Amino acid sequence: AALTGALRFQVSAALKEGRVTPTELCQKCLSLIKSTKFLNAYITVAEETALKQAEESEKRYRRGQPLGALDGIPVAVKDNFNTAGIETTCASNMLKGYISPYNATVVQKLLDQGAVLLGKTNLDEFAMGSGSTDGVFGPVRNPWSYSRQYKEKSVPKSHSEDKESNWVITGGSSGGSAAAVSSFTCFAALGSDTGGSTRNPAAHCGVVGLKPTYGLISRHGLIPLVNSMDVPGILTRCVDDAAVVLGSLAGHDPKDSTTIQDDFKPFELPDLTDVSKLSIGIPKEYHAPGLSSEILALWSKAADLFKNAGAKVIEVSLPHTCYSIVCYHVLCAAEVASNMARFDGLEYGHRSGMNKSTESMYAATRREGFNDVVRGRILSGNYFLLKQNYDNYFVKAQKVRRLIANDFVKVFRSGVDILLTPTTLSDAVPYMEFIKEDNRTRSAQDDILTQAANMAGLPAVNVPTALSERGLPVGLQFIGRSFQEKQLLTVAKWFEKQVKFPMIQLEEVKRHDHRGFQHQKSASFS
Amino acid sequence: EKVTVEVLDHLEHLALVDFRDSEGVERLQKAIQFADQLHEVNTDGIEPMDSVLEDRCLYLREDDVTEGNCTKELLKNAREKVEEYFVAPPGNIPLPKLEERDTFLQGF
Repeated sequence: AALTGALRFQVSAALKEGRVTPTELCQKCLSLIKSTKFLNAYITVAEETALKQAEESEKRYRRGQPLGALDGIPVAVKDNFNTAGIETTCASNMLKGYISPYNATVVQKLLDQGAVLLGKTNLDEFAMGSGSTDGVFGPVRNPWSYSRQYKEKSVPKSHSEDKESNWVITGGSSGGSAAAVSSFTCFAALGSDTGGSTRNPAAHCGVVGLKPTYGLISRHGLIPLVNSMDVPGILTRCVDDAAVVLGSLAGHDPKDSTTIQDDFKPFELPDLTDVSKLSIGIPKEYHAPGLSSEILALWSKAADLFKNAGAKVIEVSLPHTCYSIVCYHVLCAAEVASNMARFDGLEYGHRSGMNKSTESMYAATRREGFNDVVRGRILSGNYFLLKQNYDNYFVKAQKVRRLIANDFVKVFRSGVDILLTPTTLSDAVPYMEFIKEDNRTRSAQDDILTQAANMAGLPAVNVPTALSERGLPVGLQFIGRSFQEKQLLTVAKWFEKQVKFPMIQLEEVKRHDHRGFQHQKSASFS
Repeated sequence: EKVTVEVLDHLEHLALVDFRDSEGVERLQKAIQFADQLHEVNTDGIEPMDSVLEDRCLYLREDDVTEGNCTKELLKNAREKVEEYFVAPPGNIPLPKLEERDTFLQGF
């Protein structure tokens, strides 16, 4: 079972021992990508280059000199990261056909470790959204929509109802990456996280989604949304894998001046057995309006889990939590207004045929290239930045941001080590229901539990916890202190072990795995 | 308090992006309404926060050329170019005024 049950550690061992080769692994993933095309998780599949990378990796394994734990491991990257020679679209008409001339630092780091880049994953246009439904390549479908677990629980309203129509969303905006990891087409994927864009789809797709501390991982090459909040996100099937990927990506980058200069040492996660010295904080404001009773119960159960294991579990308060979405709304729009100004058709991307004047060419290009959501945020951002509004909106939001960040400082200073909260308000909703509300309303609703961590720059991780009554994944979130990823992930790993989240039962994967298993039985390795 | 057509026009001009239809204008109105909730928060004596890393010194590297010479690469993505120049339509021509522009705001 090289594709599925195998945690990356097991795959790594399998590669080292020659039980499976990088090429076989790559081919399996590529083939699975083809048979799960209906998920629409990938925008670009880089088949040729992936196979070449796999070949190179194989040579290294044969020589007994793999580059490290990631050598030969198939990975996917969200399509807002620059990848040299491969189209980078941000799911927008503005960048259709744009072939990056360089690799984002995180992409380069993965490649330098021998990872095999399978392709670029789908997202909301320019990462604006919480459903992965608003990109020009169409919405991403949650693999769990096709799982036995979900199908068993869904009652068709009428026997003539197209069962295709009640598929659920992945969440967003890194939905493609989450779906790719969840459906076993890759072992790890990069997402981005500005308001919850990695943790939200991780929760809905039943995978681990890590948002690192702001400043730990380079943003060079990540097409920016909000410079002061964006971070590259990591999606994997287990916490240990996230730690491995983090180890290969973190550290100062001279090309990103917002990365801290402290030395970063990759770490392995210990197997925690004694949690009695831990202090877990339960922020009462995260019992937000709209939180499903199911998730509330799971959250409570999780708190009890820690308590019964001897940890100190206390209720804490982050009083400005309810303002984080409004604050984000203003700061995000303002930064977007600035960041999107670079798209004018002159040097790259879409260019309108209008050529009466520079300004009219820019205006036409942007009119044609951006969708409603993007244009809406640019216009709002410009409004908030007008001289007459600057102090009342932009500066005001920056002040509120400090209040939000200070809430966390106070709580961590009081002796709390980790915060435990829900990640989303409910399990994944059907696409047909999701699109009934507009993007901004949805984002405002869905980001409420994840956004504050971006305001404060803190590390946070979604850990898949249990299946809902509808047979869909529900995750819980841990938020840690700045740059204390090791502690955060150690606790997350302990929790993951306790809850034993079930594996997704997907027909397509079973078929592939079965073939793979047979192959392994009959193959002989030297 | 609705946003005036002068401000809407000004925004289209600044952003070089269009409202397109009444929905677009509504979107802005709703965004402002939403943002107004900020005024409920007391921020007396609070300094604005630019960055969560404000207590650290931003990294500055030496002003040495370490890479470049990638003109060909960079020009590949441009649609209109001549030799090593990006070609732009004539500048110094302001965007037409509201009355002369093809914009939804005209009938507003």
